Amino acid sequence: MTLWWAIAAVCLGCYALKLAGLAAPRRVLDHPRVRRFAELVPVALLAALIAVQTFTAEGGLSFDPARTAGLGAAVVALLLRAPFLVVLASAAVVTALARMLLG
Amino acid sequence: MEETTSRSAAVRDGLGVGLAVGLSGIAFGAAAVTAGLSVPQACVLSLLAFTGASQFALTGAVAAGGDLAAATLGALLLGGRNTLYGLRMADLLRVRGQHRFLGRLLAAHGVIDETTAVTMAQPDPESARTGFVTTFASLYVAWNLTTLAGAYGTSFLGDPGVLGLDVVGPVAFLAILWPRLAESAELRWLAAGAAAIALCATPFLPAGVPVLLSAVAVLAVMLR
Repeated sequence: MTLWWAIAAVCLGCYALKLAGLAAPRRVLDHPRVRRFAELVPVALLAALIAVQTFTAEGGLSFDPARTAGLGAAVVALLLRAPFLVVLASAAVVTALARMLLG
Repeated sequence: MEETTSRSAAVRDGLGVGLAVGLSGIAFGAAAVTAGLSVPQACVLSLLAFTGASQFALTGAVAAGGDLAAATLGALLLGGRNTLYGLRMADLLRVRGQHRFLGRLLAAHGVIDETTAVTMAQPDPESARTGFVTTFASLYVAWNLTTLAGAYGTSFLGDPGVLGLDVVGPVAFLAILWPRLAESAELRWLAAGAAAIALCATPFLPAGVPVLLSAVAVLAVMLR
């Protein structure tokens, strides 16, 4: 599977998922299990993505102090209710500074 | 008169959210090129997938050198929440007139986190539609222009890691997840469990698969 095929699949699939919601019969949503599953899955996936992208490298666990510091800065920014873009920028700046200082 | 006021409030909400969030396309463009995507590949994702979390998920997996099929599946699972948004907004977005089929096809592309938030926050159906259209239009234009700028700009950098851009992907996920974590202790346990499963599985499974496996934590919560 080349990257372009993956991109095409993601683009088509994401659009189909959006359209399915607008076109589906209403009673699908009324099923409490469907609704609950759809609410919980993104929470699990996002948490797993954060963990994997922060604490693994090349198929193994790894600890990158600079990246961890950046994530910590993001947590502080979120606790201070900073806007989305400020959260991203402060994390990138702290990561870059930590990398410079730690060599 | 009151209706005019709530419609202009909807326009203000829509433009505010659309432009503020749309600017973070610069982070996506930067993350995509850092991950090894080309500038056109980053732009096609923003134009046609147009749902941030799934786009970041795919590029993150590419950066990790992961299995592309697993990465695609992960991105689509994340996109599944847009289906739920569509179900909720279907009545509000019912397009009338002779172009209703095309109207619905176009409106579908705009069913994402931010448009849903603005649309559902409006007091009446007319303002809700105004809010949807304003958010969708401003966010779409801003997100795609800044993706191009971020991707093109980053392609001139030797090592984007020097600017700390590799942290942008996970931090974007954290910012999306944050309001949910504040909501309930159960969701915090779910997030912690999912993260632990993914980390424990990483040494043993191909990249991308541990993230999918973390969905097992959802079953544990649902069967409880």
